[in-house]
Amino acid sequence: MSSIALPRSEPAAPVKPPRKGLSTWQTWGAILIAPYVLVFLVFVLYPVSYGLWLARHPASYQTLFEDPVFFRTVVNTVVFLLVAVNLKMALALFLSGFFVHERRWIRWLSVIFIIPWAVPAIPTIFSIRFMLNPEWGIVNSLIFRLTQQDGPNWLTDPSLALAMAMAVHIWKALPFWTLILMAARLAIPRELYEAAGVDGASGWQKFKFVTWPSLRTLYLTSTLLSMIWTLGDFNSVYLLTGGGPADLTHVLATLGIRYIRLDQVDQAMATIVVALPFVLPLVYFMMKRLSVDEQAR
Amino acid sequence: MNKLAREARLWLVGIPVLLWTLLPIYHIFLFSISSKDSAFSGALWPDKPTLRNFGTVFREEHFYLHHFWEQIWNSLWIAVAVGVLTLAVATCAAFAISRLKVRGGRMVMNAALFTYFIPAAFLAVPMYKAMGSYGLLNNRWSLVLAMVTLASPYAIWVLKQASDRLPWELDEAARIDGATPLQLFRLVYLPLMTPSLVAIGTYALLLAWNEYLYAFLLLSHEETIPLSVGLAHFLASDDSPWEVLMATALVYGLPPAAIYYAFRRYMVGGLTSGAVKS
Repeated sequence: MSSIALPRSEPAAPVKPPRKGLSTWQTWGAILIAPYVLVFLVFVLYPVSYGLWLARHPASYQTLFEDPVFFRTVVNTVVFLLVAVNLKMALALFLSGFFVHERRWIRWLSVIFIIPWAVPAIPTIFSIRFMLNPEWGIVNSLIFRLTQQDGPNWLTDPSLALAMAMAVHIWKALPFWTLILMAARLAIPRELYEAAGVDGASGWQKFKFVTWPSLRTLYLTSTLLSMIWTLGDFNSVYLLTGGGPADLTHVLATLGIRYIRLDQVDQAMATIVVALPFVLPLVYFMMKRLSVDEQAR
Repeated sequence: MNKLAREARLWLVGIPVLLWTLLPIYHIFLFSISSKDSAFSGALWPDKPTLRNFGTVFREEHFYLHHFWEQIWNSLWIAVAVGVLTLAVATCAAFAISRLKVRGGRMVMNAALFTYFIPAAFLAVPMYKAMGSYGLLNNRWSLVLAMVTLASPYAIWVLKQASDRLPWELDEAARIDGATPLQLFRLVYLPLMTPSLVAIGTYALLLAWNEYLYAFLLLSHEETIPLSVGLAHFLASDDSPWEVLMATALVYGLPPAAIYYAFRRYMVGGLTSGAVKS
């Protein structure tokens, strides 16, 4: 699967560097690339270096580790990554198998299914927040109407609130990953399934021996990438619970911002530095993968 | 019989998927056409649907809405500026890396990819400090520049991929005819890249319109914030009029959804698969 909107064309012949007039072409190259280099230096390199410099005091880390909120945040983040990401990817794998069926109504459904991904986060997350209001939210109203009993306090029970934040995350990001896996499924040659069918393979065997071997690499890469991005998912937690009740549902992304709001920027940077040993290997792995693809093409 | 069972199984998946997807969206719609009383009754359809909430929004008749038009203008201004700037920066960079083979291009590409993979919420903290030291806080340009920084890595990556696929013979021919790099850029590269440019422009525009975290960190004056931050102000008090908030949210959410669907042809093929490669 390649990566772009253009009608697919054959890969270009091996690209040769220009021979004549090298210097003018190189000069123009330098001029045209300069704006981005400038953006990178001013808005990535300098901020990151400055931030790391701010995070140099051991005292920040000591305060951080002594903050009871921090430990809870790390646990929440790990749970969020392991549960939400894997559940989401498993669902996406399953639903991608559903959406490749050729029915008119499934095609329409796939158009609707994209909505959570297409709309901004704020309106929908607020909507879910109101739905889950224990007193007058629509969810507990329905529960009361059906069972004559009060529903749970969705957002004031810490574990439940975190679970709901994960649900919001899955609601929002599921369509994206389903599409990715769907495209990969559609790229599997149909003859493989036909051949498997002739050999009398069951649905499960077709999945195990045809679908999964072709999807496996993409599935694992997607899971890793999703973990990196989910680590930066500020909205699902902050807009739903605000980190509450009692700062018990923070994840690393929201904790950093919480410290900024408390005007403890050193602390905020320290939070991020603590996360770097986990983030950087993932980032390195992803970049490696992309440049391998580059050389292979 | 067997066929019927298979269809039934498909519906058994399809209906829950439909409900799961639409419920929060329907809930926004439901609130926005409900009066205050019926919004809080937990009804699935209001007794008397009303458009009054939208009137309240458009006439700025609530404390949190005093700057509604200003804020929607800010959102629009910022989104368009980010779209245009990202396109300009990324197109030039992709052309320099892919077609002119500028020295160090690979390194720049890697730097961009690195930025792309760093979680945005992590970059927000140092970005906030840096914008402070540039004296740009509370200036709309700080958000524009921050969003260009976030949008251009992916834009460069996608445009470079598309550009690598253009036949090299075009460049050769242009060179033999004595074209300058700028002529090659304007007359050959830009026309051939149009579909990708549309996709990337839309991507950057929507990213900026939808952004909340950076907007609320970098901007705090009622007159400079975009509507996304204005919406979140409703949560400041417990007795906020949720039905008016949901009407505002609908007004805020519809344009990007419409744009997304209008350009879906470019978005689905282009943007989804660009993020991950098999």
